[in-house]
Amino acid sequence: MGTFSLSSLRKPLVFVLAGWSGFYVMAIELLSGRILAPSFGNSIYVWGGVITIFMLALSIGYLIGGHLSVHAPSLRRLGLILMAAALTTLPVIIWSDALIDMVFTRVSDPRYGSLLASSALFFLPTVISGCVSPYAIRLLVTQLQASGQSAGKLYFVSTFGSAAGTIGTSFYLVLLFEINQIFTTLILISLLLGSLAILFKPASHE
Amino acid sequence: MNNLFRSLCMGLLIMCGAPAHSEILHTEKSLYRNIEVYSDDELRCLRFGRYTGTRQSCINLSNPDNLEFNYTRMMMGALYLNPNPQHALIIGLGGGTLPTALRKLYPALQIDVAEIDSAVVRVARQYFGFTTSQLTHATEADGRVFVKRALTQPVRYDLIMLDAFDQEYIPEHMLTREFLTEIRGLMTDQGVLAANTFSSSRLYNYESVTYQNVFGDFFNLKDSNRVILIRRNGLPDMAEVRRNAAALEARLKPLGVQNEWLLSKFSNAKDWPANTRVLTDQYSPANLLNSK
Repeated sequence: MGTFSLSSLRKPLVFVLAGWSGFYVMAIELLSGRILAPSFGNSIYVWGGVITIFMLALSIGYLIGGHLSVHAPSLRRLGLILMAAALTTLPVIIWSDALIDMVFTRVSDPRYGSLLASSALFFLPTVISGCVSPYAIRLLVTQLQASGQSAGKLYFVSTFGSAAGTIGTSFYLVLLFEINQIFTTLILISLLLGSLAILFKPASHE
Repeated sequence: MNNLFRSLCMGLLIMCGAPAHSEILHTEKSLYRNIEVYSDDELRCLRFGRYTGTRQSCINLSNPDNLEFNYTRMMMGALYLNPNPQHALIIGLGGGTLPTALRKLYPALQIDVAEIDSAVVRVARQYFGFTTSQLTHATEADGRVFVKRALTQPVRYDLIMLDAFDQEYIPEHMLTREFLTEIRGLMTDQGVLAANTFSSSRLYNYESVTYQNVFGDFFNLKDSNRVILIRRNGLPDMAEVRRNAAALEARLKPLGVQNEWLLSKFSNAKDWPANTRVLTDQYSPANLLNSK
């Protein structure tokens, strides 16, 4: 009985993870601008560099996530991906000041400085976050006919999460908390959701 | 084009916000903002954002030496704290009112200007008589980045003026404790800082405690704007301020700066709650606070 009701939560949890991952990426992208501004400014090219790195990382993440989904996909592994993205965000809290100072002293052009610093800090966690969506689609698809519908729903949830992460962070979170407090909370929520997913035993069809 | 615009206003019976004698001389979309230069009787003004934007700078064409805005007059109060500056830094150019006035007052002063928007530098040259020379340098850079970069060089300033605004307010990364600490590091012992702020909102308190946190006491000059005046190694007493004011009186008068008026603005009353949160790089929702 217990196992039965738990497995009925499987699909909703896939959507929650994907929606949260969308929220997470955009919250971090917005905060990254804040982290870079003291050393590289608030110029249009700093944002250009940040968005370039995030888009590039996501594109690579989609590729890797799709590839990973081919071999024995499971909700458990999706949880691990989310946790990996969270853990690779930790250096932002611990080392961003030192790293940004290092880049600042070596690269005088703020365009390439911000590009380099945002690659070093945000590329890896964003690649891993990018794996989430294609991997999640694989877990949802059971029939070829419904695959487009599953992908559509998944895109909806994950992009809606991104919208929520963008407005939530820029309108409200920065007014209430320090940047590192927001980062820490985001990481903790990812770890929590990831561990929830890990609790699920592989389903028979997985 | 201008006639077309006027007839459109008439035709639609809308308030276009432009007074009858107003004429638009130049509009430009730069990377950061819409820039507009217009004349209004004898004044030629610069504003960011069409019609709704606040005026950034104005010059009086028949009396170009005159400082038209009270805030620019109050910024000159910095000279009462250090009457003989050698090397000045101005962050935020606008129409170039401040460097142009300083150049008239001190022909040998070295002036560095940091301005993020190359279009503003161009417009200041073309319409507001701003000139660069061996003694006046204008660098196109974000103010915060300019300061951080300057800290790695031997250069130090005995006069710094903060006047960086976007169409909303001072950019958030130039309102934090870390930024002001960097500014402090760029000042000589006798160095003086003048900061233009115009917040009358909740942000006023946050700004005040942040300046207090980094610099200690400061003179707070209020009009429609608020100008903060600081000397790095401590504020002079009013007797010294008056002496310097008297010595500068003849030179400041042609700029429209009246001694008594300016001295009457000097106050070091702390009219903000001391328990207000200091703005930091970690916490600086300045523009959100400003709208409340």
